Amino acid sequence: MKELLSGNEAIARGVYEAGVRVAVGYPGTPSTEILENVEQYKEHVYCEWSPNEKVAFEVAAGACLTGARSIVTMKHVGLNVAADPLMTLTYVGAVGGIVAIVADDPGMHSSQNEQDSRQYARFAKIPLLEPSDSEEARDFLVAGMDISEKFKTPVILRTTTRISHSRSLVELHERVEHTPQGFKKDPPRFVPIPAWARPMRVRVEERLRAMIPEVSASALNRIEWANKDLGIIACGVAYQYVKEVFPEASVLKLGWPYPYPDDLIRQFAAGVKRLLVVEELDDFLEEHIKALGIACDGKNFVPNIGELSPMALRRIRAKMEGKELPQVLPVEEASKLPPRPPVLCPSCPHRAVFSALGKFDVVVTGDIGCYSLGVAAPLNRMDTILCMGAGISMAHGMKIAGEKKRVVGIVGDSTFFHSGITALLDIGYNKSAPVIIILDNRVTAMTGHQDNPGSGLTLMGEPTHEASIEEFARACGIKRVFTVDPLKYDAFIELLKNSFETPEPTVIISRSPCIVHDHSGLKPALKVDPDVCRTCKLCLKIGCPALEFTEGHVRINNLLCGGCSLCGQICPFDAIS
Amino acid sequence: MNDCVSVFLTGVGGQGILLASEIISNAAMLSGFDVKTNEVHGMAQRGGTVTALVRYGPKVYSPLICEGNARVLCAFEMAEAIRAAHYLAPGGLAVVNQYRIIPVTVSSGSAVYPENIKETLRKCFPRLCYFDATQKAIEAGTEKAANVVLLGATSVGLDLPEETWLEAIRKTVKPKFLEVNLKAFAAGRAAAQS
Repeated sequence: MKELLSGNEAIARGVYEAGVRVAVGYPGTPSTEILENVEQYKEHVYCEWSPNEKVAFEVAAGACLTGARSIVTMKHVGLNVAADPLMTLTYVGAVGGIVAIVADDPGMHSSQNEQDSRQYARFAKIPLLEPSDSEEARDFLVAGMDISEKFKTPVILRTTTRISHSRSLVELHERVEHTPQGFKKDPPRFVPIPAWARPMRVRVEERLRAMIPEVSASALNRIEWANKDLGIIACGVAYQYVKEVFPEASVLKLGWPYPYPDDLIRQFAAGVKRLLVVEELDDFLEEHIKALGIACDGKNFVPNIGELSPMALRRIRAKMEGKELPQVLPVEEASKLPPRPPVLCPSCPHRAVFSALGKFDVVVTGDIGCYSLGVAAPLNRMDTILCMGAGISMAHGMKIAGEKKRVVGIVGDSTFFHSGITALLDIGYNKSAPVIIILDNRVTAMTGHQDNPGSGLTLMGEPTHEASIEEFARACGIKRVFTVDPLKYDAFIELLKNSFETPEPTVIISRSPCIVHDHSGLKPALKVDPDVCRTCKLCLKIGCPALEFTEGHVRINNLLCGGCSLCGQICPFDAIS
Repeated sequence: MNDCVSVFLTGVGGQGILLASEIISNAAMLSGFDVKTNEVHGMAQRGGTVTALVRYGPKVYSPLICEGNARVLCAFEMAEAIRAAHYLAPGGLAVVNQYRIIPVTVSSGSAVYPENIKETLRKCFPRLCYFDATQKAIEAGTEKAANVVLLGATSVGLDLPEETWLEAIRKTVKPKFLEVNLKAFAAGRAAAQS
């Protein structure tokens, strides 16, 4: 039976079919739906959202050492967080199969950078698999488990946004059970103290060498001979674009590109007149192919910034053939259209926080989540973003550097649990005094409303302990800890004012549920009384999509308004109720 | 781009575009075609422009399409039709919902929503089906079925048998919403055929 599955759904299916016992991860676009879809197999596969990717990786590693097949999922930047366990599990090696699924985001649709995570496979000296569609996503997860167990190594399965979020047909298979044999004590194998780590280090290189003949012979890599004037080496979604735009060319499709299949690459290169490497982002293949002494085209034609597309490949083809490609530009009127960037939702409680911060001359160090949108006009109330947790630690850094303005650090609840706790501990320990606002909307919202350690539910739907942000803050040594609803707007502003005047560190927990996730706070839409409104447009400065200004009047779109009343509290004339 | 049919859906986050793309791909699959789709998830869904692509044919490689290649462009919001107009193939059908969602950039005064949009649409799209899908959805039973009304109109520009469309709807929507969605689909189809 064939089903139309996204790449992420297909990987989840592969997890089921491969007999995986443990599946863990942290949400992050474009990887999130993998674990969300594993949940349907929870009778067979234990699954959880871990607090962050490092913890998740270690949980999967522990499971794998008992012989259980395990996976860990993350977006590309999550692998940076999990790099520490990755770089040593590569020494310790696998018992049960372990596949780390890493979803890159070329083009930065929903990310702060576009790193090429394939580099991690070479860095960690472990196999890399790269599917080109959903069927392969499922197949490669299963193949990755076999490779992991055969060579006792963790494996990286790398997808990109267009693989994770494109749907294509997948033939479903049955689950094959793999029963773990339990942990077997073997310190020289599992304990990398220097005396044992040195032989492990040697085994890493031996393993890599042992893999090379297998990679060249693997069915995951294949040559599709056609016209031999041009041969193209491609992997991932770029393979699909190549088939579309260069239908006559011979193609070496690499589904298992690392360790590099040197023999296969040499054989292919020898069979074609001209060689082109088409890969998204870095010259991961091209650099190596050139190091083999093989002449090829690649990044001299193929951009290393942003994602590829069939149109990008048509431009590349035209350039290679010395032709001009007539450009299909947006229609002239499109340039006059209003931009429609993502914004905080109507009735989002974060809006009140940023609107209030707009009243103070402070520096705001922000973080990763829906609230990143607080940087956009008209709120304009975020000054930096770096990575998960940095909203807190960078506020501390600015403070100790002697920044004269008050510094406010912002993180969300899930981000606090992910990487904010240690940062807050640093503030308590080293006695600095920023104001930290933790936007606690009780859910990991941006990635599509996943549960987290504060929400009281596990991924498998079981009720659990709700971690207390207040207790964490106090345990870190913060004495001024307040929990408030920012939609009680005047009181919130007053609290900010007091906190800015105090020389002590302050944690403000802004607790108000995500209205898109928890509808219980929804109220009837508000209305603007046209007789009272003086069109001062103050309400438009909060950037609420439900507030429209048309034909000279402020109106509230009753399909969008959730009745949070922030605009009403801001209106100086009480025209909104 | 070979013998594949491409459909480009565009609108604003929350308008039900993903359900519509699922129904199109199911209809194509039921008709025996290879299918690929691509959707936008994550940050872009927060009130921003959302697009979905469906491609079907004997063998589909790329989930993305080239500009100037969509057989049907279906815009759930009228300004978004203009933003995506260059994706429509010459002679392709544009289905445009007569529905306006004012972006925050307009309300906050940094941009202007275009006036005389109907004229612009006529200029951009020689084959234009422009109507109020929300109104037709309300007549069918619920304004929430506006996406399926637009789907009905879109189906007129594609060459899949009507029965596979109905089966795809049965397969995709919840049973309790089936009747209203079938009515909505028929209303959209009638609007595009008139």
